Amino acid sequence: MYPAEFDYVRADSVQEAIELLNQHQDSKLLAGGHSLIPMLKLRLAQPATLIDIGRIPDMEGVSLKDDVVQVGALTTHAELTDSETLISLCPLLSEAASRVGDPQVRHRGTIGGNIAHADPASDLPAPLLALDATVHMVGKDGERSVAIGDFFVDLLTTALGEDEVITRITIPIGKDSRGSSYLKMEHPASGYAVCGAAALVSRSNDGSHVRLALNGVTATPCRGGAVEEALKGSDLTDVAIDAAVDDHLSISEPLSDNFASGSFRVHLAHVWSKRALKIARDRVSE
Amino acid sequence: MAGVIGSAIKRREDPALIQGKGRFTDNLSVPGMQYASIVRSPYAHGRIESIDTSAAQATPGVVAVFTGKDIEESPSGGVVPTVWLLPTLKTPPHPILASEVVRYVGEGVAVVVAENPYIAKDAADRVSVEYEPLGVVCDPEDAVAEGAPQLFEEAPRNLAFEWELGESEPVEEAFTNAPKKVELKLRNNRILPHPIEPRSALASYEDHSGELTLWLTSQNPHVHRLLMSLASIGLPEHKIRVIAGDVGGGFGGKIHHYPDEAIASWCSMQLNQPVKWTATRSEGNLTDAHGRDHVTRAALALDEEGRIRGFKVETHAAMGAYLSTFAPAVPTYLYGTLMSGQYDMPAIHVSVKGVFTNTAPVDAVRGAGRPEATYVVERLMDLAATELDLDPVEIRRRNFVAADAFPYQTQVALEYDSGNYQGTLDRALEIAGYDELRAEQTRRREAGEKPLGIGFSTYIEACGLAPSQLVGALGAQAGLWEAAKIRVHPSGSVTLFVGTMAQGQGHKTTYAQIVADRLGIDLESIDVREGDTGEMQFGMGTYGSRSAAVGGSAVVKGLDRLIAKGRLIAAHLMEASPDDVVFENGRYSIRGGDPSEGHSFGEVTLQAYLAHNLPEGTEPGMEETAFYDPANFTFPFGSHIAVVEVDPDTGEIELLRYIAVDDCGNVINPMIVDGQVQGGVVHGIGQALWEEALYDDGGQMISATLLDYALPRAHKVVSMELDRTTTPCPHNPLGVKGIGEAGAIASPPAIVNAVVDALKPYGIRHLEMPLTPEKVWRAIHPGEDA
Repeated sequence: MYPAEFDYVRADSVQEAIELLNQHQDSKLLAGGHSLIPMLKLRLAQPATLIDIGRIPDMEGVSLKDDVVQVGALTTHAELTDSETLISLCPLLSEAASRVGDPQVRHRGTIGGNIAHADPASDLPAPLLALDATVHMVGKDGERSVAIGDFFVDLLTTALGEDEVITRITIPIGKDSRGSSYLKMEHPASGYAVCGAAALVSRSNDGSHVRLALNGVTATPCRGGAVEEALKGSDLTDVAIDAAVDDHLSISEPLSDNFASGSFRVHLAHVWSKRALKIARDRVSE
Repeated sequence: MAGVIGSAIKRREDPALIQGKGRFTDNLSVPGMQYASIVRSPYAHGRIESIDTSAAQATPGVVAVFTGKDIEESPSGGVVPTVWLLPTLKTPPHPILASEVVRYVGEGVAVVVAENPYIAKDAADRVSVEYEPLGVVCDPEDAVAEGAPQLFEEAPRNLAFEWELGESEPVEEAFTNAPKKVELKLRNNRILPHPIEPRSALASYEDHSGELTLWLTSQNPHVHRLLMSLASIGLPEHKIRVIAGDVGGGFGGKIHHYPDEAIASWCSMQLNQPVKWTATRSEGNLTDAHGRDHVTRAALALDEEGRIRGFKVETHAAMGAYLSTFAPAVPTYLYGTLMSGQYDMPAIHVSVKGVFTNTAPVDAVRGAGRPEATYVVERLMDLAATELDLDPVEIRRRNFVAADAFPYQTQVALEYDSGNYQGTLDRALEIAGYDELRAEQTRRREAGEKPLGIGFSTYIEACGLAPSQLVGALGAQAGLWEAAKIRVHPSGSVTLFVGTMAQGQGHKTTYAQIVADRLGIDLESIDVREGDTGEMQFGMGTYGSRSAAVGGSAVVKGLDRLIAKGRLIAAHLMEASPDDVVFENGRYSIRGGDPSEGHSFGEVTLQAYLAHNLPEGTEPGMEETAFYDPANFTFPFGSHIAVVEVDPDTGEIELLRYIAVDDCGNVINPMIVDGQVQGGVVHGIGQALWEEALYDDGGQMISATLLDYALPRAHKVVSMELDRTTTPCPHNPLGVKGIGEAGAIASPPAIVNAVVDALKPYGIRHLEMPLTPEKVWRAIHPGEDA
């Protein structure tokens, strides 16, 4: 496993990273390296230059500001898993992060690198989609923000510009009583999600609201909008959830591989959606 | 130190290994060492039209680029041979680099030697090869069909051999007359050996001496040396030294002589510089000899009570694109001979077609033939139980070879040495709480809960292929004895050399236990050395669970000679007749006298070296080399029970319990035996549930990386419930049998039987390995599309 030859430079600030991106044609950002380095070793990616952003200060960690959770792009999966802020305010993301790879992977891999790679079977996209997260990035023309649903464009393709760096992900926190769940069937080899379901249930005076998103099933993570609509104000009994998913979850162009065909993935999406929704419902703190 | 045999001494090799102090082949470097990268075919079948090496040659840091033509034009042999010659075997040559036709993805066509591995790989990517694609066939049944692409002119219908065992007439008679028949077509999925340490070779040829030293990831360095001398390299055997240092797992994959070590050696000889080659993981997955890949049709004839009257088996066994070292033996003498299982079968007939396919070669992987046979026998037994409405335990009971029937002659050539099959099954049932499990299964069925399944595998294994005269008659171009050289130093410490070669089995511990036990000395005074053809005259290596039974017996034989020599010297010192001298707890003393007045083995050894006062006719020194050729195979056996739960909504299988009761004869180190059982069982669970080296129709391997090829993971396996019974081997001095492969032989049918048992209410009679969720779900929901 020998990568093709490449140059290596290190950026000490986001601005420097942007300058280096503009200077070096055919370059790639290196953060935790847990998506990029395997690609390099298999020679599926052969960039001329790696720009290491892994040591830029102030780009990692989880904090709360005005009811919005701020997650630095260099925050590792292990930090997401263990963050007290996330565990209390946004447990869906820490639960999903705890299912990524193994402890070594979780201590190196970062949330920014994860979404920039945009592997549809990765564990973070569905929870971020269900949480209505926003991705913040900086380029030579300044900062901009993109809703997570618009960030994932296609398989391994995102809205991130060539000279842009993801700096943080923000997640709005509601005041309602919420419960959430991330479940997946993991591929026995890669550990990635053959089907991952993220469900979020909130209860307020005007009844229940659910959010549902899936990864591993389609080229980009998808939201179960029709299911959410059908369950608006529902009492969320098992019967109601089963019926809403059976009648309203529609998956088009499912991924297919030797392990799980497209139609099996569609079936799994239904099973895991129901299960995730029921667990999320049971976790709503009264 | 009598009593050392049988104690769970911690592995003496582990402190160094777990501290990262192991010395594996790729850890080694020698002055002037260069690195080889092999250019491999991306086509499964194609004619090489041209090879342009100029861009690679021009890469800075590249020392040389060679192609198959360069090797052809050199005086070396340039081919790797197969060494098991069946009567009808076609043996088309297997060149170490292809020069005309490539026959599988990964076959080498050129080699780049460069100053570091990165440059070597970059330059290898710049070698431009044009191929004319040819037709591809990967499935062993498809390959023999009319009109299938042909791999070799000399092998029509891609048949490497046709082979049969047993009398067909009594079998046909049984099928004509028997009231019950059970038939099944089943596949044994192709798996990778996948040791954690990839294969590696460091070749250093020195023209001043004309000697080649090769450090190699090898399970049998002497065999590698012999084959390199006779076929691939052509240097005289005494001018080649093969050294296997620490080897990180083999599972069969490091038995065989591959082109790669021959290429590294050939390059070193051309360049007069050391050359190292180490497989990357995906390169290893494409080129290590794979295991299994059988398609089998089998049928049992039974009487009304479920007693077997006849058994017939027809198998298409993939050989891959070339015949690997021991490949022809695996689906024949290591497979057909096991078809009687633990059962008294009056008539058996096995026929096997060995078939060339456009895939990596297939050879021995842990169990080698015996897992495939056990899978066929144990699946058929379960199916027969279902179709005759018998409990799977009951049908086995009715057919077991009785404990008092040994030695037992099967209808497929083997004579089982000893056994007590009912004994291990009874113990396994007791541990499992069988009646409670069945009650729980019924309760779940009635309550509509996730189905529970209970699967049995009562297996027989044959270890330590022997004796040499017999294996020679069966086609082996080698003897299968073993050798031990015991060097007792003047101060009484011991260096033991054995011709076997551990890859994780713990030989430095178990062999030392034998020596300590017999000589009555401390383990700390004993060093065990393997793997260097410069230190040991010859040996056959480690595979087929042979080391304890064959290597251990050679050690005992040598020790007994040393003890006998010591007795002569001790008797002389004590002015007694040797007949009156006993050797106990490491001391020679007069029979019936005070042992403290005698002499320790160490004291006697020192006298042997001083040679001041030796009995007449006794040579100085204390060293023995012993060769041991076993009288028969050994036949370990056992009963395994798997308990699984199936999720009918997703097809996922959860392993709830695994019970293994094995009998491998006497046990030298119970901790190591338990470890071997656990590792073997997990290996087989991997085959049953996850692993498959899968080729698409174009001959591309689509599970060539660990992103797709699923090895077992710790969190998917349960803590096993292990126990043993002890039925010693009657024909070797330690009474040991072998345990390295038993788990991998037993567990696949236990798992599949359990899953099929769970799904009985759905009318499912068989599922092919690996039991992936989609396969299981589709069987439960036929015709349903989500």
